[in-house]
Amino acid sequence: MSEFRLPSLGADMDDATLREWFVKPGDTVKNGDIVAAVETNKGIIDIEIFEGGTIEQIMVQPDEKVPVGAVLALYRTEHESEVKRLTPEPATHPFNKERASQPERTPEPESTSAEAPLRKRISPAARKRARELGIDPDTLSGTGPDGAVTLDDVLAGAGPAAPVTKPATQPELSRAGMRQVIAAAMARSKREIPHYYLSTTIDMTPALDWLEARNTQRPLPERMVYAALLLKAVAMAVKKIPEMNGYFADGQVQLDTDVHIGVAISLRTGGLVVPALHNVTKKSLDQLMPDFFDLVDRARSGHLRASELQDGTITVTSLGEQGVETVFPIIYPPQIAIVGFGSLVDRVIPVAGKPAVRRVINASLAADHRVSDGHRGGLFLAEINRLLQEPESL
Amino acid sequence: MNMTYREAMRAAMREALQQDERVFLMGEDVGRYGGCYAVSKGLLDEFGEERIRDTPLSESAFVGAGIGAALGGMRPIVEVMTVNFSLLCLDQIVNTAATLRHMSGGQFSVPVVLRMTTGAGRQLAAQHSHSLECWYAHVPGLRVIAPATLEDMRGMLRVALEDPDPVIIFEHNALYNREGELPDDVSVTEIRRAAVRRTGNHISLICYGGNLVKALEAADELAKSGIEAEVIDLRSLRPLDDATILTSVRKTRRAIMIDEGWHSGSLAAEIGMRISEQAFYDLDAPLARVCTAEVPIPYPSHLEQAALPQVATIVSKAREVLGQHV
Repeated sequence: MSEFRLPSLGADMDDATLREWFVKPGDTVKNGDIVAAVETNKGIIDIEIFEGGTIEQIMVQPDEKVPVGAVLALYRTEHESEVKRLTPEPATHPFNKERASQPERTPEPESTSAEAPLRKRISPAARKRARELGIDPDTLSGTGPDGAVTLDDVLAGAGPAAPVTKPATQPELSRAGMRQVIAAAMARSKREIPHYYLSTTIDMTPALDWLEARNTQRPLPERMVYAALLLKAVAMAVKKIPEMNGYFADGQVQLDTDVHIGVAISLRTGGLVVPALHNVTKKSLDQLMPDFFDLVDRARSGHLRASELQDGTITVTSLGEQGVETVFPIIYPPQIAIVGFGSLVDRVIPVAGKPAVRRVINASLAADHRVSDGHRGGLFLAEINRLLQEPESL
Repeated sequence: MNMTYREAMRAAMREALQQDERVFLMGEDVGRYGGCYAVSKGLLDEFGEERIRDTPLSESAFVGAGIGAALGGMRPIVEVMTVNFSLLCLDQIVNTAATLRHMSGGQFSVPVVLRMTTGAGRQLAAQHSHSLECWYAHVPGLRVIAPATLEDMRGMLRVALEDPDPVIIFEHNALYNREGELPDDVSVTEIRRAAVRRTGNHISLICYGGNLVKALEAADELAKSGIEAEVIDLRSLRPLDDATILTSVRKTRRAIMIDEGWHSGSLAAEIGMRISEQAFYDLDAPLARVCTAEVPIPYPSHLEQAALPQVATIVSKAREVLGQHV
């Protein structure tokens, strides 16, 4: 038997309240499945399981608050499954019902091989609708041929109001709680991290011209916003100046080779979250754009994954929409750098010795002086600038 | 006007012969004897030997002659006594009639209409009782239709004659004696689309020709226990009207194909596959079919009836698909 424990979803998380289980005893899960939602001060977060198996027992009920590391559920891994097979509930199991009434029937082959799990009969229409409604059709008893779960069974199971697992209104995250977390993280940052600040002005005209030409050739849903270029440029610059990417904790620097950019997203209800966009260097711009929009949507609807809240290796914050010209950002501990972007503005700057009106953006860097020096920080900003002058290389 | 299916087809032929002098009828015993099933009775007296032509007992010869006449500008109606005998002229139909438009690059067309009886139930034994519609429905270049109602028996011939390509009309022999009320104004009906003969929400019964009667009876029986069956009459066996079939199945989510052909390689199999390809995720139960047992049609009445789709088998199959064990 293995234990599924409450993971730490951030350096400053001590506990969480279980909000919802997406699995129940008997369900099979695989690596990466979302099994529960917990509420931390950062919001409601979907948590994943990292091993396949069968859920055996739920140890923590919804609305219970438990510390990090608490056992939430017991599960049996695939290797352990030979020990004991779950007995299907006789009342609802179609095969059992049928055998009881027709004892002369030849036993189904599965009774001879204890390992092959019975696949419950669920009609394609029922399966499709159940998925749309977020219902697990395995939990329903079937009225179709051979006890198959039919569409009507799913609709009956859904009840008059339909969706079961995703309530229309998520429990409100306490604003005061989020404020406290932001306060703790930022105070720790200012207390512990010796920030140094650099800023530079980047001519965005080439990047924006390139973007416009590209977008006119594409249907609306595939068009890109310039933020994607900024994210990609930061990620690629990290490849050259790796001291900006990673953690400083317990007196140790731990640089990361993968670049997961934490994107500061302000919530409409107040407060902000910084979920990570995974592996930005490995993603093409075409892939980055939908992933970015998806992340923003889920951040605002409270469906971030635990890994997204933990994995950020560097943060990007943009306050351009507010008309801010320069951001002086504070590092999100235990990260070691944060890049801020202001708004796009028209400025007269010299181009080839003559004054020209160009669209420019101010990029600023706050970095941890324990990990890097201003010289490297300067190279980092210069690299971002260089990359944005050659947008086709992004 | 009250009439039999036989009289409806005769009226359709008479009308065609009157209205278009290119139309003539040819086949075994269609003249003096009045047709094996008496469909053309009286037409010889009315139209004469030039236009109602008895032929030698050689399907290959007279179907070939009909194809030639069609190529030459005539509008022949060729009666093949039963689909069983049509195997003798399969070469003429499949290799010649169905291909000439294609092989001539559109220069020639073969506007022949072939009428064949099909089906069992009259104790005519194995060589006169088979349903081989699906063999023809397999062949590109042919249009295959099957009237199942009095209106269609009256109205399909004219549309078939207007078609510039070969059309095969399958007339189920069990229908000829059935009577019904025919509206006065029916002379043309649809041959391209399937028809919903009864609407219902629980299960689609998909059939054609002689089995429509059985499917409607089964639907009546099912209605007594609250099951609303929708009955689809295919009418056109080639091409199949996927849209009507799929619309119905997407609504009812369950389907039974009723087909007097044998299970293996049947039209029922083809329709089931199309549903599976195009409406799999709308299905709420396995597809099912009621077809003829895989035997040559037996002569003894009780065995013949046991081999064929019946109202009771349709009803019990429908209950099974709906999860009602009876």
